[in-house]
Amino acid sequence: MEQPAQTVKAGEINSKFKYEISKFRGAEKITLCFQCGTCTADCPVSRFSEFYRPKKIARMIQLGLKDRILSDKHIWLCTTCYTCVDHCPQDVEIANVIRALRNISVRHLKSLPLVYKELAENLMKTGFVYVIPETRIKKREELGLPPLPKTSPEEITKIFELTGLLSLLGTSQTFERVE
Amino acid sequence: MVGGKPKYLIFLGCVIPYRLSSYEISARKVLSALGVELVEMPEYNCCGFPIDPINHDTAIVLAARNICIAEMEGMNLLTLCNGCFGSLHKVNKMLKEDKEERERVNEYLKNFDMEFKGSIEVKHLVHVLAEDIGFEKIKNSIKKPLSTLRVAQHPGCHIIRPRKLVGKDDPENPRLLKDLINLTGAKCVDYRGENECCGNPIIGVNEKIPFQMAKEKLDHIISAKAEALITVCPFCHIMFDLNQPRIEKLFNVKIGIPVLHYTQLLGLAMGFLPQELAFDELRVKPTIYLKKFLDYNPTLEV
Repeated sequence: MEQPAQTVKAGEINSKFKYEISKFRGAEKITLCFQCGTCTADCPVSRFSEFYRPKKIARMIQLGLKDRILSDKHIWLCTTCYTCVDHCPQDVEIANVIRALRNISVRHLKSLPLVYKELAENLMKTGFVYVIPETRIKKREELGLPPLPKTSPEEITKIFELTGLLSLLGTSQTFERVE
Repeated sequence: MVGGKPKYLIFLGCVIPYRLSSYEISARKVLSALGVELVEMPEYNCCGFPIDPINHDTAIVLAARNICIAEMEGMNLLTLCNGCFGSLHKVNKMLKEDKEERERVNEYLKNFDMEFKGSIEVKHLVHVLAEDIGFEKIKNSIKKPLSTLRVAQHPGCHIIRPRKLVGKDDPENPRLLKDLINLTGAKCVDYRGENECCGNPIIGVNEKIPFQMAKEKLDHIISAKAEALITVCPFCHIMFDLNQPRIEKLFNVKIGIPVLHYTQLLGLAMGFLPQELAFDELRVKPTIYLKKFLDYNPTLEV
């Protein structure tokens, strides 16, 4: 079942959006998509999701439906398996286009899935995206494993600050699920 | 490396120290037995992969920082995780080839008295085994061929795709892991969708889709009459092993496919005991097919 068709209003169109996307590394060729549908046909997520359609995402970018696609939570369903990247006859690296959309969406809407906020906060705290329990670290010796190398949480926080992620995390809303 | 032991800095990533010591234990055992010297990183951080969706620049600098640490140690990086390989290899290649990007990233790295120079390689376990150690040496290390065992491969995504970035295997018909499996004497069977994703990267926002993806894979594996699934990535392993009981519950079916790290399979064939390879940490318990190899007692032989 597809989503019901929606009217495209002229006022909603931002014709320069495709160029905003094509500035991102790996997303340069978005303008070349000719809607063959290979990406959707070969996408394992599209097989099980009623809504996730990379072909449609590409078209929405080309049409300039900026606000609509940036706020569409289904952009968070790409697993980055890169099958679409390998199969696209136009060399549109669709998984990278979706990464660009996600990055822009976080920046513009100040909204991201909760899981990414948690991973990022763990990373700043510990150097890893998970908080590894003390018991696990101690158990390494028992298992005959060398001690876990140290990390530099201060330097990670500095990286977050320099790349603009720190301020985004502080001001962003989160959402939990994408169905 | 000429004349000496092959030597790598081992990059453990986050998932393995967090919850998959079975992979680390078995990998260290077999690599050491194959004459590989693993050196610990003096320090490291997350590879950057999980942060890429929310901020590409943060992910690149996180990866580059790890690479710089390896450059300072003067050794190539060996990863056990496909996600870590994908992230570190991509950034390493990009910064080596793109001068402008390298200069831009080096501006960030200056803050940590680091500079990306482009002097090392990033390799996944599978590449180290297939390319650096070689099939011949692995074959010669097999003491107890796992003949009669039928298994299926799950190479995962980031060691095969994107093709133009990785380029070491055929993403449409991946061979490296299959060939490595066949060296153990076990038969690696063909099945539909061998090169497909496990679904794990989106489990934090949606469980149903990845569980359906994993269930479909497991169905194909059962149809091919495989008796175990072999992985080389901690994310994929968690999806098929740790989550298998949840998948069974969701679809109200019995699957019961044991999921082994390749290093456990190879270790068994090299003659290590199951307890030395942390088999007891697996969630899905060995079935009758696998059990006959696990119960093997080397002292009874000769």
